[in-house]
Amino acid sequence: MEWWRQRITAVALIPLVFLFVLPLSRAMGQDYDDVLKIYEHPFNAIVAVLFFITIMSHLRQGLQEVIVDYVHGKAMMTIALLANTMFTTLIGVTGVFSVAKIAFGG
Amino acid sequence: MADVNRGNRPLSPHLSIYRPLYTMILSITHRITGVGMAVSLTMITWWFLALAINEKYFELANAMLTSVVGGFVLIVSLWALSFHLCNGIRHLFWDSGKGFELETAWRSGLAVLAGSVVLTIIGVLVSRGVF
Repeated sequence: MEWWRQRITAVALIPLVFLFVLPLSRAMGQDYDDVLKIYEHPFNAIVAVLFFITIMSHLRQGLQEVIVDYVHGKAMMTIALLANTMFTTLIGVTGVFSVAKIAFGG
Repeated sequence: MADVNRGNRPLSPHLSIYRPLYTMILSITHRITGVGMAVSLTMITWWFLALAINEKYFELANAMLTSVVGGFVLIVSLWALSFHLCNGIRHLFWDSGKGFELETAWRSGLAVLAGSVVLTIIGVLVSRGVF
């Protein structure tokens, strides 16, 4: 199940990475109003939200694999896995919230 | 520990006595780039959060990410992303049972390295407004 989720999100991220990074690389360094305009556009906003949701799952799964392989001891492992879940969820939620707020013009 | 109650069972290969193959380096690089991009993603997410908050905060985040140090980190991140993407596609082929031959794995590894450099250059050019 987890094995499949990692592959499914990997495949989804192939197009998403291009669609997310292209406008982002143009946006960085531009003025505030110009950057806002880029992410007020529904296409860029929807892509960014999809990207954050997918990367949240993919990153969590990937980091979990690394933790299971390299972190030793039950307590350390539990702490690391918990920290991983909190970190990746925070990133995902912050990303989605920020893009939504920008797109809805708040 | 290898000699304790082993009987005749085969010994698993010890990484430390292997001549490092570049394919092994590619494999560990996949993990390193994956973990490293957690930092890149945190930076990008912070930039989006700043954009959502107000202009002043955005100016700060934008200035940090486009500074010399920030720019360097972003270019390294771009390479990490390009590598992880190309090598990830290679892994997906392996998952489907294709490309396991030594010769093929060797050549697909070279393609991954070349692809990661090409994608990074394209990404930098796009960010400079060339395309």
